[in-house]
Amino acid sequence: MTTYEPAIHFKDVRYSIDENPIIGPITGSFPAGRITTLVGPSGAGKTTVLKLCNGLISADSGEILVEGKPVGSMEPTALRRKVGMALQDAPMVNGSVYDNLALPLRLQKKEISEDEAVSWLEDVGLSSDYLHKKASELSGGQRQKVSIARTLVNRSDILLMDEITSALDRASRREIESLITRINQKYGTTIIWITHNLEQAISIGDYTWVLIAGELVETGESRILEDPADERVRRFVKGELQ
Amino acid sequence: MSPIALSLTLIFVLIPLLLSRTLNLGLEKDTIVATIRSIIQLFAVGYILKFVFDSDSYLYILLMIALMIFAAVHNASKKGKAIPGILWKITVTIIAVEVLTQAILLGFGIVPATAQYIIPISGMVVGNSMVLSILFLNRFTSEMESQKNRTELILSLGGTPKQAVHTQLTDAIKASTIPTIESQKTMGLVQLPGMMSGQIIAGADPVQAVQFQLLILFLLLTTAVVSSILLGFLSYPSLFNERMQMIRQTNS
Ligand SMILES: Nc1ncnc2c1ncn2[C@@H]1O[C@H](COP(=O)(O)OP(=O)(O)OP(=O)(O)O)[C@@H](O)[C@H]1O
Ligand SMILES: [Mg+2]
Repeated sequence: MTTYEPAIHFKDVRYSIDENPIIGPITGSFPAGRITTLVGPSGAGKTTVLKLCNGLISADSGEILVEGKPVGSMEPTALRRKVGMALQDAPMVNGSVYDNLALPLRLQKKEISEDEAVSWLEDVGLSSDYLHKKASELSGGQRQKVSIARTLVNRSDILLMDEITSALDRASRREIESLITRINQKYGTTIIWITHNLEQAISIGDYTWVLIAGELVETGESRILEDPADERVRRFVKGELQ
Repeated sequence: MSPIALSLTLIFVLIPLLLSRTLNLGLEKDTIVATIRSIIQLFAVGYILKFVFDSDSYLYILLMIALMIFAAVHNASKKGKAIPGILWKITVTIIAVEVLTQAILLGFGIVPATAQYIIPISGMVVGNSMVLSILFLNRFTSEMESQKNRTELILSLGGTPKQAVHTQLTDAIKASTIPTIESQKTMGLVQLPGMMSGQIIAGADPVQAVQFQLLILFLLLTTAVVSSILLGFLSYPSLFNERMQMIRQTNS
């Protein structure tokens, strides 16, 4: 069995909302420079795990290390730029697609050139025609593409992708998958990718976490999903567990 | 007004009472309570004002203003329960606006420093600051609720809480001050402002009454804008913790 250097490590992490346990205790790692797919039924706590990774929320107990450093010791804005996230519902700020692509840099009082913005757009499969379109007039899939591009602008070392292809057609999905794989290979970016599509989880993932009811029930190379050892994972993969 | 004339004004209370009774509107109890309260409160204020004016003591003036501020804060803070520490934030806002406006009025000698001017003007400033605080809080809390995912988006991209609430904050400030600005545009066309009407009825020269009304209108512009901006900048930080995370509101 291969061992990986962890980019992010969870040690006995628990998280609850109003006394209701949501996560944990979870212990596990996301290997550096790899694509980890994160799967599990709706409400299992997948989004919660990602938000813990970039400090949008903090664990009640346990420890989360990013490249060996506790998240709590890092400056929040620096942590969130280092560990970038594309949010599940791809929210847009008011204004044009350009305004949205410019947002990550504007938050640091920097600007992005139109050419650069167009090249990000083309990376996610949108033509330059979209640059000055109103963000509120995009379709669900187009919004997801802009959201992905916007997350990439920060050039994070670790990328958290929360169901970024759920609203995309087959061809667009392929395009995004190859873009993320390319980024992973070219820059050694660590990717953590939540998906409900198990085929996708196996085909793009090097490594997989299976989360059920806030518990990390199985981790390993992505092909574990083809023949899971755990009974609950077996039922989840067969579509019997929701 | 003669005592008989004053008693006859109760006819205007009897009309809604009778209508409410015949149409089963169920407004009788509230109408009676409101009538009794307004009679007691206004007469009490009238006699207190008379006492304060006669004494001409700054201590009583201060006490009177403190009382107004206390009542205003109490009223406004009911609306902002979702924001931690809202009570003292509204207190600071209203006091700051009152101090600022009085400093300008008295400092430049715009009005004489007597109870007759200070108290009614303070009443309008404090009252409007309270209304603006309520308008602002209503709007700001609903903006924050409906724009939660945008706030989260900006935080997730490495923005600060201030950047994350900027749009919601400015929208709420604009929305709460626009009514004040708009109402000035039609001032005098649709209705005569209450204070001016009162002065005219009491026998003042209409042009003199207009001058005072203008003073009050301009004063209320400052009150509106300063109140909502100040309260806005005092309130937003308490929606985040020191890790720049949104604090979950327990709205139970
Ligand atoms: N703000 C919140 N308030 C209350 N409960 C919440 C909140 N956010 C998440 N939860 C609860 O936490 C649990 C895990 O939510 P999470 O969003 O992490 O699930 P998920 O695995 O991402 O689901 P999905 O696949 O549907 O996106 C759910 O039961 C959800 O109801
Ligand atoms: Mg989710």
